[in-house]
Amino acid sequence: MSLLDIRGVSKHFGGIRAIEDISFSLKSSTIMSIIGPNGAGKTTLFNCLTGFIKPTKGTIVFAGTDISGFSADRVTRLGIARTFQNIRLFGGMTVIENVMVAQHATIRSNLFSIITRTGTFKETERSVRETAYEYLEFMGLESAAEHTAGSLPYGAQRRLEIARTLATGASLILLDEPTAGMNPLETDGMMQMIKNIREMGKTVIIIEHDMKFVMGISDRIVVLDHGVKIAEGMPKEIKNNPLVIEAYLGKEAH
Amino acid sequence: MTAVPRYFSRTLLRSSIISLWSAVLFLPFKGLQASLMLFGVLFLLILLLTLAGTWVSPRLTMAAAVRERMHRHLPADRRYLLLFLLPALGVPFIAQNYIIDVAVLAGIYIILALGLNVVVGYTGLLNLGFVAYYAIGAYSFALLNTRLGLGFWSAMPVAVVITTLAGFLFAVPALRLKGDYLALVTLGFGEIVRITLNNWDSFTNGPNGIGSISAPTFVGISLVTLSAYYYLVLFFVLVAIVVIGRVQRSRIGRAWIALREDEIAASAMGVPSTMYKLYAVSFGAFWAGIAGCLFAAKMRFISPESFTFMESVLILCMVILGGLGSIGGVIVGAVILVILPEILREVQMYRMLALGAGIVLLMIFRPQGLFGGRVVSSRH
Repeated sequence: MSLLDIRGVSKHFGGIRAIEDISFSLKSSTIMSIIGPNGAGKTTLFNCLTGFIKPTKGTIVFAGTDISGFSADRVTRLGIARTFQNIRLFGGMTVIENVMVAQHATIRSNLFSIITRTGTFKETERSVRETAYEYLEFMGLESAAEHTAGSLPYGAQRRLEIARTLATGASLILLDEPTAGMNPLETDGMMQMIKNIREMGKTVIIIEHDMKFVMGISDRIVVLDHGVKIAEGMPKEIKNNPLVIEAYLGKEAH
Repeated sequence: MTAVPRYFSRTLLRSSIISLWSAVLFLPFKGLQASLMLFGVLFLLILLLTLAGTWVSPRLTMAAAVRERMHRHLPADRRYLLLFLLPALGVPFIAQNYIIDVAVLAGIYIILALGLNVVVGYTGLLNLGFVAYYAIGAYSFALLNTRLGLGFWSAMPVAVVITTLAGFLFAVPALRLKGDYLALVTLGFGEIVRITLNNWDSFTNGPNGIGSISAPTFVGISLVTLSAYYYLVLFFVLVAIVVIGRVQRSRIGRAWIALREDEIAASAMGVPSTMYKLYAVSFGAFWAGIAGCLFAAKMRFISPESFTFMESVLILCMVILGGLGSIGGVIVGAVILVILPEILREVQMYRMLALGAGIVLLMIFRPQGLFGGRVVSSRH
């Protein structure tokens, strides 16, 4: 039983076919990488999956629900959360508040209980704070909990974004270039963290350019080029696929 | 060692530019001599203040540490309550009627500014027509009172519900816009409401306004005296501070601030953005409705003249002056902007000029507002 089923998804912007007829499916608790040259349509596919844009054609079935055309916040509430290629934190809020916002959909406090500060409300707020702190610990950010998110160094901002997606309670996590701009040491740390996320029983899809990283972490790889899926398989298979080599390096001269 | 002269010359340059700008501003009103004098006085004042500031600031960090400790022990709303309540309770005992009158007005503006702060400060939606909700609240109250004979405590809830609904209904189409465009549409809405009130003679009595609104009563006692009315307003100010402070430190307040910080990221975190913007606008309108009722019951007479665009600007200035998103700051901003014109009553002509110059100086020296800064996000 697959967690995510993408069937014939296309997105056209006017005459431009950003992605065309993409299909694949994904089992739970696996790590999948989506690779491809710049402009291959990887981020467009992410945007379709998370409801930020509506696919022109095709269906996306997540955990048995057809989510194609759902709004972004609804998709998140159903269990798909993402990070962004250009980090999008709530820069003026503290680190822990960022993670508390992410638990928005997991708690139910109504206006009445908020104003009268009922026991249930206080209990909920305490657990929100504790949960947020746990996710910060998981991503190694607990010492920065009360700092302003915008003041964090770059690598920590990326990790905070991931902590936030985890706190939404999502079962499918989409990471858009999680190691961009990181040094090799930080990249290794990130690899371990993503493996830990899989150990939590979550499913991860990563867009990444760092081939060493992709080959080291992925259970499955999908290769896009010019909006079309040109290959799918285990890292070993992808490494030796002539179509993939051609997309990255160009055709051999005859 | 070169750092000191460079710092000094930069200070010189800055103070001369600011004072020159102010002097030019005053030139058409006061003539050359007065402008030159203003230039000299301002120049020396800014120079001295800046230099004094560099001497004082390391000593201020000590005070900040004390304040930080206080912050940790007292949640925000209770802290403001304490700071605000003690002097506020005593006002009618020590002050003359004139001062109580100003204080009542200040209270009404505090409620308005706190309401606008939810929309502009927390959620980041610039609203230039906030006075429309104030007007709708005041007129609903006045009409319910004079036409249907409803008393204060029964007319007020109905008027507030009408205002909240108006806020909601207007926001539905307006929230399709963002930033400057939204600001322009809200400005238009403010004008539409005022012009409608001004021209719908049969219903609102047009520019003549509505008079003989009855004074509020409380358990059978008419709150006709000024001090009694002062305590009524104070009660609603306290309710506003507590309720808004609590909503800010909850799931709802966090969602609002997240929307202000980054709307796309907020929706990626599962926050339904349109719904929470509607929530914020209606919640803001709710407080404007209460302020409108208090205003109408206090004045016993209202006319469209009280609800002009300048009024919207004034409320926005209160929010910006104190610091966007900070409850304490907004209260101080409202109090300053109500009291300042009273002090400057003799130089009536220059009031707006002084206000404008003040805001420009604020933007130069403290763009986050008097009490803005870290307090902008929801504190715990």
